[in-house]
Amino acid sequence: MAIDRVHMPELPADERSTNFEEVNLGLSADQALSEAQRCLQCKTRNCVAGCPVGVSIPEFIDALACDDLPKAAQILRGDNALPAVCGRVCPQETQCEALCVRGKKGDAVAIGYLERYVADWAMLHPDRLLKEAKPASTGKTVAVVGCGPAGLTAAGELARMGHQVTIFEALHDTGGVLRYGIPEFRLPKEIIDREVAVLADLGVTIECNVIIGKTLTVAELTEDFDAVFIANGAGLPTMLNIPGENLKGVYAANEFLTRVNLMEAGRREDSATPILQRDEVAVIGGGNTAMDCVRTARRLGAKRAMIIYRRGEAEMPARVEEIKHAKEEGVEFVMLTAPLAIVGTENGWVQALRCQKMELGPADESGRRRPQAIAGSEFDIPAGIVINAVGTNANPLLTATAPDLKLNKWGNVVADDEGQTSIPGVFAGGDIVRGGATVILAMGDGKRAAAAIDQYLKR
Amino acid sequence: MFEVVSNEILAENLHKMVLVAPRIAKARKAGQFVMVRLAQGEERIPLTIGDADPAAGTITLFIQAIGASTRKIVETPVGSFIRDVAGPLGKETHITNWGRVACVGGGVGTAVLFPLVKALAEAGNEITTIIGGRSERYVILADELGALSKNLLITTEDGSLGYKGFVTGPLSEMIADPARAPQAVFAVGPVPMMKAVANLTREPGIETIVSLNPIMIDGTGMCGGCRVQVGTETKFACVDGPEFDAHLVDFDGLSDRLTSYRKEEAHAAEGCKLAKEVAK
Repeated sequence: MAIDRVHMPELPADERSTNFEEVNLGLSADQALSEAQRCLQCKTRNCVAGCPVGVSIPEFIDALACDDLPKAAQILRGDNALPAVCGRVCPQETQCEALCVRGKKGDAVAIGYLERYVADWAMLHPDRLLKEAKPASTGKTVAVVGCGPAGLTAAGELARMGHQVTIFEALHDTGGVLRYGIPEFRLPKEIIDREVAVLADLGVTIECNVIIGKTLTVAELTEDFDAVFIANGAGLPTMLNIPGENLKGVYAANEFLTRVNLMEAGRREDSATPILQRDEVAVIGGGNTAMDCVRTARRLGAKRAMIIYRRGEAEMPARVEEIKHAKEEGVEFVMLTAPLAIVGTENGWVQALRCQKMELGPADESGRRRPQAIAGSEFDIPAGIVINAVGTNANPLLTATAPDLKLNKWGNVVADDEGQTSIPGVFAGGDIVRGGATVILAMGDGKRAAAAIDQYLKR
Repeated sequence: MFEVVSNEILAENLHKMVLVAPRIAKARKAGQFVMVRLAQGEERIPLTIGDADPAAGTITLFIQAIGASTRKIVETPVGSFIRDVAGPLGKETHITNWGRVACVGGGVGTAVLFPLVKALAEAGNEITTIIGGRSERYVILADELGALSKNLLITTEDGSLGYKGFVTGPLSEMIADPARAPQAVFAVGPVPMMKAVANLTREPGIETIVSLNPIMIDGTGMCGGCRVQVGTETKFACVDGPEFDAHLVDFDGLSDRLTSYRKEEAHAAEGCKLAKEVAK
């Protein structure tokens, strides 16, 4: 009889919705072994094509199925600089697992869970890992701008090629969105620390508190380094442009999450950074950022934590797992509802979100059904905090002082498939090129750019 | 890590601190600021770069100890370190030769004014500096600013030094006198002061620039916590400012947003007067 796809053990919803502990508990050794045996080791290897960093999926799963964890870890680590992160936050259902042959009849192999299992094992058993041979130094230096997923991946790849890498990070800590954006209940900060430590062991230098465009310019970097990789990320929050946006209690998702995740506001009793806590919290948007905000608000004590989205649940860009987890934790989903204004008290505090009901019309260019307002359907949702999670625009901080760097009309850096920008020797990838996208796409950019930089340095 | 090389008390709760920060010292221009975090677990707060010595690799910060975080920062002894100092941030002051310029500073805003006066003096402006405080002991940097200015006027609310009253008194006299009327005004201080200055210069159409002090987290434009209404647009003070055309700024909105965490801050500043009063 066929083995069923493994289930990830989770903290019970009523327990986890009051704390920031990781929700997914990870597979047991028996679960991992039996799930690994579900892989057919097919010749087509579609799963690999579905992975933006091209992890040798059948190979690492085979090593795991043979109970050779050191080998599985070595294969994984060779292809992916951040496996413990990817195993947790990648949308596998639309990438590797979507193309798994087993998924055609039944459930795809739980590749993400297995990646996480192997990466977590490797972190706990450094003494059992096969020693990585230090590459011979090429004598070339590379500056990486930004310590997020794209920058960390590129740095890992380049260091393994023997180049001397320095990462410049504007914030006081590493990880970019992994640190300030994704909450601990999805990605414990300890995981980032350990992944970053692996890079440090490879000889990568990380300098925090250096803002490229301000502390140093791209021109200065091109003078001091043989090549530059720009991966400074997500940028400025997109404004809602509705009345009441500047009332007290209105947050952009980045501010709300940065306060809680990076600064530990509301998470640690003695954190010096404050955060507002209210009974009713309305989060506008339907992506993973919106889910992170609303689940965080719930953990900070909101009695009603609500998602306000102008389309329906089926159209939400958030991962199915995040939506499921949010619902289990008591988050309310207010669908087909668009905000019109934020209503304040006399003293300038938010008191409600004025909305109107929407219905789905014909599909637009992107193939999604366009929401249309229903006349006369305006209503108020009481809320003490409103969080804007509708997206971000490119941040001009770096590009404002790099006049030779070509930008598109949205202010994103123009780069070809290999990350080459309009300046020779300067490459770019991740959200500064794509606009707001995913961790794994940024990592794919970092990996491809590293290969292109290596070629460039050998010329 | 950023070493403290000097830390002197200029006035009650006002410290002048010199830090080793060679990259910032080299890159900074008048009007810019840094984000400072004393140690792990502490908050990030914006502080204006008062001065810099690129040769020595140092920057000068004027810090008013008003809350829990600033009090801890000013307690850092010489030879110790501040964990995080990121900058220079914000746009540099637009400096040109206007001719006659009035520079107006209130309270700790006087310290923020200092680099502007210095840059304006270097550009050949004839500067009248007007600084004020509640009483004599809150008046700071008078000698330093006096050395850079053609005229230095001091006001105190209680009349213990200079003119009795607010900085707007001598400023309106200047504006009314055709021989002394300024071509541009720079104002830095509490929001009501900057608003009053903007109201004085709006009618005669004198170009007026203010440096705003909203709440900031990252200081690099990624969160929008520091947003202010300027004309019909929402601006982020950390990247679009901190200096703006005073005649377009929504001062009431700024003032209101500054009170967002008053309750939380009172809690953090246990031992401060406000918390003690609440406890009574």
